[in-house]
Amino acid sequence: MSENYILDLIKQDSRIDGRKLKEFRKPVKIETGISKNAEGSAKATIGETEVIAGIKLSLGEPYPDNPDEGTIMVTSELLPMASEEFESGPPGKQAIELARIIDRGIRESKALDFKKLCIKKGELIWLVFIDIYPINDAGNLIDASALATVAALKEVKFPKLEKNKIKYGELTKDKLPLTKIPITCTLVKIGDKILVDPNSEEEQVIDARLSVAVCGNKINAMQKGGIEGLSFKEIDEMMDIAFEKEKELRKAIQ
Amino acid sequence: MGEIKVKDKEIVVPGQELATGMDFLPGGAAFREGEKIIASQLGLISVRGKVIRLIPLTGKYVPKVGDIIIGRIIDMNFNGWVVDIGCSYDAVLSIRSVQEYVERDDDLTKYYSFNDIVVTKITKITRSKLIDLTTKGPGLMKLVGGNIIEVTPSKVPRVIGKQGSMIDMIKKMTNCRITVGQNGRVWIQGDIKNTLIATKAIRKIERESHTPGLTDKIKELLEKETKK
Amino acid sequence: MTYTKRPDGRKFDEPRKMEAKVGIIKRADGSAMFKMGDTIAIAAVYGPRELHPRFLQNPERGTLRCVYDMLSFSVPDRKRPGPSRRGTEISMVTENSLLSVVNLDQFPNAVVDVFINITQANAGTRCAGINAAVMALADAGIPMRDLVSAISVGKVGDKVVCDLDKDEEDYEEGSTDIPVAIVPRTGEVILLQLDGSIKKEELKEALKMAKKTCDDIYKIQKKALKKAYQEFQNE
Repeated sequence: MSENYILDLIKQDSRIDGRKLKEFRKPVKIETGISKNAEGSAKATIGETEVIAGIKLSLGEPYPDNPDEGTIMVTSELLPMASEEFESGPPGKQAIELARIIDRGIRESKALDFKKLCIKKGELIWLVFIDIYPINDAGNLIDASALATVAALKEVKFPKLEKNKIKYGELTKDKLPLTKIPITCTLVKIGDKILVDPNSEEEQVIDARLSVAVCGNKINAMQKGGIEGLSFKEIDEMMDIAFEKEKELRKAIQ
Repeated sequence: MGEIKVKDKEIVVPGQELATGMDFLPGGAAFREGEKIIASQLGLISVRGKVIRLIPLTGKYVPKVGDIIIGRIIDMNFNGWVVDIGCSYDAVLSIRSVQEYVERDDDLTKYYSFNDIVVTKITKITRSKLIDLTTKGPGLMKLVGGNIIEVTPSKVPRVIGKQGSMIDMIKKMTNCRITVGQNGRVWIQGDIKNTLIATKAIRKIERESHTPGLTDKIKELLEKETKK
Repeated sequence: MTYTKRPDGRKFDEPRKMEAKVGIIKRADGSAMFKMGDTIAIAAVYGPRELHPRFLQNPERGTLRCVYDMLSFSVPDRKRPGPSRRGTEISMVTENSLLSVVNLDQFPNAVVDVFINITQANAGTRCAGINAAVMALADAGIPMRDLVSAISVGKVGDKVVCDLDKDEEDYEEGSTDIPVAIVPRTGEVILLQLDGSIKKEELKEALKMAKKTCDDIYKIQKKALKKAYQEFQNE
């Protein structure tokens, strides 16, 4: 793809795959039960982009400042399998940023009731490990990762506990204390246009990016990326689009 | 007497035995191993008399001297330009091999700059895969504007069609300028709608390259889409 | 200590249900999935592409690199993301198995990268990984003298068995695990590892079992590869 061609198209409100500027690729869908050994797992597909998220539960000690709360740990690994741009080795900046955006979307929306993840105050809590793996990077990993994460969290069943030890493989009927489902929508600015769901070619020419995690009528987390600045007006417009797209993405989760 | 173990147009996998006997000859991606002829790649069989030819259906473009290809300028050095030609190796377009007269200490970006798209011909390939290009010759030039899409190199003949019939039809019905490189890169220039239609048609050829009545199907698609 | 019945009711020489699919990762040059029972491996191939840094290049022929890893939640006890000693060893033996069939003479100084990930593990992951990887290589159009088919055989209690699952690997009264990879056309054994304790005669029986199962795996691999390219055949 030629970068100039992409830019020319966007100037004329058009995109290389024939989409409108504010249109997600199709399909947007979720498949659950990716790994039987996870307490919950899901694959999110947006167009050709595919991300797997899996949840493992483990036991731990609470942080001293929150003795009656469990917690989450989000990790993402950009598998070299998913793109010729990714390399093996310890997580780089992009992987760490991705994990932190997802972490804050869950944490700040209070989607999980951390208090209910406490088993014994000051001593024993549930640790929720959220691991995110892109399988095919065709753009917009952030939204796909967020979608896979909430879908996987929704699937989780607690494993059996016996004398404060986990019996993996034996699941109870209890679900995670998930009180709501935050949705993340990433908006990008290319030239003076705002787009949703950039594909990998469009990501090469992005000027600025804003990821917005929303739930109900609240904004719970934001992350700006890219070099160029955004005006108040643009931020305002981006928030409106995020709320509009929330409904659409939420449908995929049911 | 040998025995042939596959049919014409059969899909075979690497390692598959295609024939036994010295009276058969391997062609394309087939090779001889003692009495046997074996497939070395995933591909389509073409049997012509005693020659069993294997046409690879996948894989990166394998450069050949004389091929006219579409490249992208990715770097410059003392000798000229480094060109990405969509194979496993970068190629070199030396300052002596371009139509223009270039002084040694000239700013090379005056002629070809980063990300420029060029139609070039392969003039030389060494054992260690150093590839030389030229832009001297008819039709060889820089392409300005337009868009590039990539198709599997083995499907290029289908995109072009017999004596160029397929590509001529697409050009005519979409009013686009189109250049097809042997390396599977296709350059399309036209208005937005028509570029998308031409892209759609080429993608369909790539997907359904060996199905019957392909020309009619593409014609139908073009008629339907251009009328919208 | 007679082992009379397998946990999932299989016959002693019967592998688990297998499934293969080619072309599962669009961005890769080649990709495939191989499933045996509850073990699922996915593999992607990139290349041949230029190898950096330069000092790693081989001017005589192309290089093959293989990385095997498990997703953190593919196993009951979460695996820490990233490389491990076990993964490094399996990457190496897998690379060696694949090297014995690929022909990279035409790609001096270049590299073919093979990435294998286990999304769900229930024993036999390296074999599932090899089965997927070799299909991904064929899908990427890499020249090869043959495919490779791999299966784990072994001994559980006093019985020689085919395709051990995790329960059998962990069998209290003793279990021997023997991952085997075979070149289908020639029958050469290109991967052979063994952990446990087994008599020579039993090993011979196990290898025979491996050959028979690998022949079936080869058929599944071949079918999946052809299916992915079927559209060409309808003329």
